Amino acid sequence: MSTDITAGSDADPAVEDLAELQARIEELEAELSEVRDEVENGPKKMVIIATKGTLDMAYPPLILASTAAAFGYDVTVFHTFWGLEILHEKNSKNLKLSSVGNPNMPVPNAIAALPGMDRMTTRMMRNKIKDNEVASIAELIDVSLESGVDLQACQMTIDLLGYDEADFYDGVTTGVGAASAFQDMVEADIQLLV
Amino acid sequence: MSTETAAKTVDVKGQNCPMPVIKTKGAFDEVAAGETLEVIATDSGSLSDIKGWAESTAEADLLDQKETTEGGEDIYKHYIKKVE
Repeated sequence: MSTDITAGSDADPAVEDLAELQARIEELEAELSEVRDEVENGPKKMVIIATKGTLDMAYPPLILASTAAAFGYDVTVFHTFWGLEILHEKNSKNLKLSSVGNPNMPVPNAIAALPGMDRMTTRMMRNKIKDNEVASIAELIDVSLESGVDLQACQMTIDLLGYDEADFYDGVTTGVGAASAFQDMVEADIQLLV
Repeated sequence: MSTETAAKTVDVKGQNCPMPVIKTKGAFDEVAAGETLEVIATDSGSLSDIKGWAESTAEADLLDQKETTEGGEDIYKHYIKKVE
């Protein structure tokens, strides 16, 4: 600011400074109330990173995502590696369960490793899901998308696994990577890795 | 307000977690302020799930939850009012 005051000017520089300061304060107050409003009343956010593609592990991210959306959360599920199988329209209807490595399975690992066992345990699980009136993966994807959940398919793993964008359900976001997932996580109130 | 005068009813019989809450939220969005939504479920978990949902949803006031038996089946009825 110039300190050279023109003689004869009838504007008092002190008054001018004060008015400027006043305007700046009002501007900052407005900005503050906007930020406060966003923090207090803006929708909360949840981000889930879904990395698994077995029948049992496909459920938790979708159940939590659709539920959080019902609670008014902005939800993003970033599917990467085998998590892509959940969004793959064809593969999602044929997700399998592994009978090995899970000590809660009613068969010993040595037997569970035999050919055909995964198919059998998957069939058992599918029947249980049906008998207990649990929604299918396709239904959960539908309700998630309907309730505004952003289901994202990691572009790097789409390329890695040789998938095509057209393989995924309509409404799935593609062309996203770790940076956008990270950015979403920074802004989120809840971040989960499944 | 009586719980018997629901403006809208959503039937989620035969649907399990998380569907009752999701369908409740969807139907509740279509209810006008001051009106009550009735939810009919067979999932016993809906008692705690819908209660929790109503508690964290500002405009939802859970008026009542009833357990009945119809034709040998346990039925859970929920009444949620949209506050004005």
